[in-house]
Amino acid sequence: MLRFLLRRVTLIIPTFIGVTLASFLLIHAVPGDPIEVRVGEHGIAPERLAILRHEFGLDQPLWKQFADYEVQVASGHLGASTVTHQPVWDEFLTLFPATVELSVCALIFALVIGLPLGVIAAVKRGTAFDYGLMGVSVTGASMPIFWWGLMMILVFSVSLGWTPVAGRIGDAFFVEPWSGFMLIDSWFSDDDGAFASAVSHLILPTIVLGTIPLATIARMTRSAMLEVLGDDFIRTARAKGLSPLRVVIVHALRNALIPVVTVIGLQVGALLGGAILTETIFAWPGVGHWLIEAIQRRDYPVLQGGTLLIAVLVMAVNLGVDVTYGFLNPRIRK
Amino acid sequence: MALLEIRNLVVEFGRFRAVDGVDLTVEAGEILCVVGESGSGKSVSMLAVMGLIGWPGKVSADVMRFDGIDLLGLSPRARRKLVGRDIAMVFQEPTTSLNPCYPVGWQIAESLRAHNAVPRAQVRDRVIELLDQVGIPAPASRLGAFPHQLSGGMNQRVMIAMAISCNPRLLIADEPTTALDVTIQKQILDLLVDLQSKRGMALALITHDMGVVAETAHRVQVMYAGQMVEEQPTEALFTKPHHPYTAALLAALPERAMGASRLPTIPGMVPGIDDRPVGCLFNPRCGRVQEICRTSAPPLIGEAAKFRCYFPLGESA
Ligand SMILES: Nc1ncnc2c1ncn2[C@@H]1O[C@H](COP(=O)(O)OP(=O)(O)O)[C@@H](O)[C@H]1O
Ligand SMILES: [Mg+2]
Repeated sequence: MLRFLLRRVTLIIPTFIGVTLASFLLIHAVPGDPIEVRVGEHGIAPERLAILRHEFGLDQPLWKQFADYEVQVASGHLGASTVTHQPVWDEFLTLFPATVELSVCALIFALVIGLPLGVIAAVKRGTAFDYGLMGVSVTGASMPIFWWGLMMILVFSVSLGWTPVAGRIGDAFFVEPWSGFMLIDSWFSDDDGAFASAVSHLILPTIVLGTIPLATIARMTRSAMLEVLGDDFIRTARAKGLSPLRVVIVHALRNALIPVVTVIGLQVGALLGGAILTETIFAWPGVGHWLIEAIQRRDYPVLQGGTLLIAVLVMAVNLGVDVTYGFLNPRIRK
Repeated sequence: MALLEIRNLVVEFGRFRAVDGVDLTVEAGEILCVVGESGSGKSVSMLAVMGLIGWPGKVSADVMRFDGIDLLGLSPRARRKLVGRDIAMVFQEPTTSLNPCYPVGWQIAESLRAHNAVPRAQVRDRVIELLDQVGIPAPASRLGAFPHQLSGGMNQRVMIAMAISCNPRLLIADEPTTALDVTIQKQILDLLVDLQSKRGMALALITHDMGVVAETAHRVQVMYAGQMVEEQPTEALFTKPHHPYTAALLAALPERAMGASRLPTIPGMVPGIDDRPVGCLFNPRCGRVQEICRTSAPPLIGEAAKFRCYFPLGESA
């Protein structure tokens, strides 16, 4: 286990360089730099532009800019936003809980609904329920988030008026952000309606972001369960006179979870990608929203720092999944 | 009254009859051996007794009684109370028959708990006692072992411990040694026979090893292509087989083939779904085949020795 962890940690360094290089090249492939975007159409005197560029190091050759950035990151500094002049790390920390809250809720939503659906489909294989569910889940897994989010807003917010359109909580509430998680903070706030408001703001984004993982988890659970249900030890469990429910949950699902957890781990990267879109649609003040704005403003430090932090996060989650996998599967535990 | 009594058992998968009108009787405390080549329906008929034939298989029988209770008339819940407690089964592949995610001690305890066999506080001690009875050394230290950490023979002992945990009256062992090393096979068989005699339970032992039959069985039932073709007490069967198929199985025994340069084998294969012959199912492979065998299926005849043949051996015809 220790050697396994060490090997994973040494992989982090090349991944860092790769991620920063990729985001660096992509950003610079887009025309316009932070100064040009800031001064907009009015323009400024060429001498002034040159001075500002020099200040930000933008007059250096690209390779030098990249090397400088790598050195800066290696010494533990992500720099400051060219727009707000706040340190990237501080901004990230303020916004990150909102993204975590949304992603965790979406994942819980996907699990709570996807796992049972997959199990039922496997147990009732070949029935109308099974075929119906699998048809819907193929659609769900290939749902374009942007379209799906807008449709949900149109139906539930605009037509029916059931849920708010944007933000994390109603304007009327002021909640002290001591944990950064709106559900927790609003729960402990003195305002009576704050928690309900936070929940109602969270529902649509959770469903929109959770749809793809839900469909994937349901399908994966079904196929893993189908495989396990044919195994010899299931016959043994039934030969012991256990109830069908116990056979399915305690014996089959426990084994089927091993591949399902791996898939959930792989979903986390996709989930964060989806979070960026979802946050944009629902004006959710999280990291995704922040990154999209940074692209529009060519805020290089925020973009690169933010991408890097998300990459770290995905790696950490995957590591966590591998550890969980070892925990779930006695055969690879030492 | 017989402990298990089955008349005309039929198990169908779609249009394929895996078990075709089998009678099966097990007396309390006896050892019945069921023999026959692979695919003759031995496992399927035992699974039918356990109530483990699932969709799309269909089970029917004229009579299916255990200890006087009509098994087919029981609700699924009532049947599950019997299965695992009064009738237990051990399978062919010990390692895949145990759940890889749980320690073996836990899996035995699960059986005890499911049938409330002992008070909760005594479950652990009882599991250790069972592991000891099936010959697992240092049983207390094996409670937490996972199946992949034990050998096939050890796992089969665990399976046997699990099967006898609730003191069954009938233990079904479906080729319990086929997947094991030759050196371990004898130990496991001895263990089963020993448990059978000590506990006075009935043992239905499926095997295709006639040598094992000779050593262990009180009574033998020979299956062929889903039918019972012969049934006799062991001694009688070995001295005076009636059905040509039984005779062929015996002729394949090494000690009977002394002098022959190679072991005699039965040509051909057990018929499957698409090549079931008309008349006697064994006729394409039979050395004594006559015209009537190709047109009409022989009925099961006889009292002490039952067989399904128009031209049985050993009859002074
Ligand atoms: N679930 C099933 N579906 C279809 N056919 C089956 C099934 N289980 C067993 N069979 C068929 O029934 C026949 C008897 O099988 P089995 O009882 O396992 O034979 P054996 O005597 O070797 O134990 C075989 O031809 C097998 O292919
Ligand atoms: Mg078999």
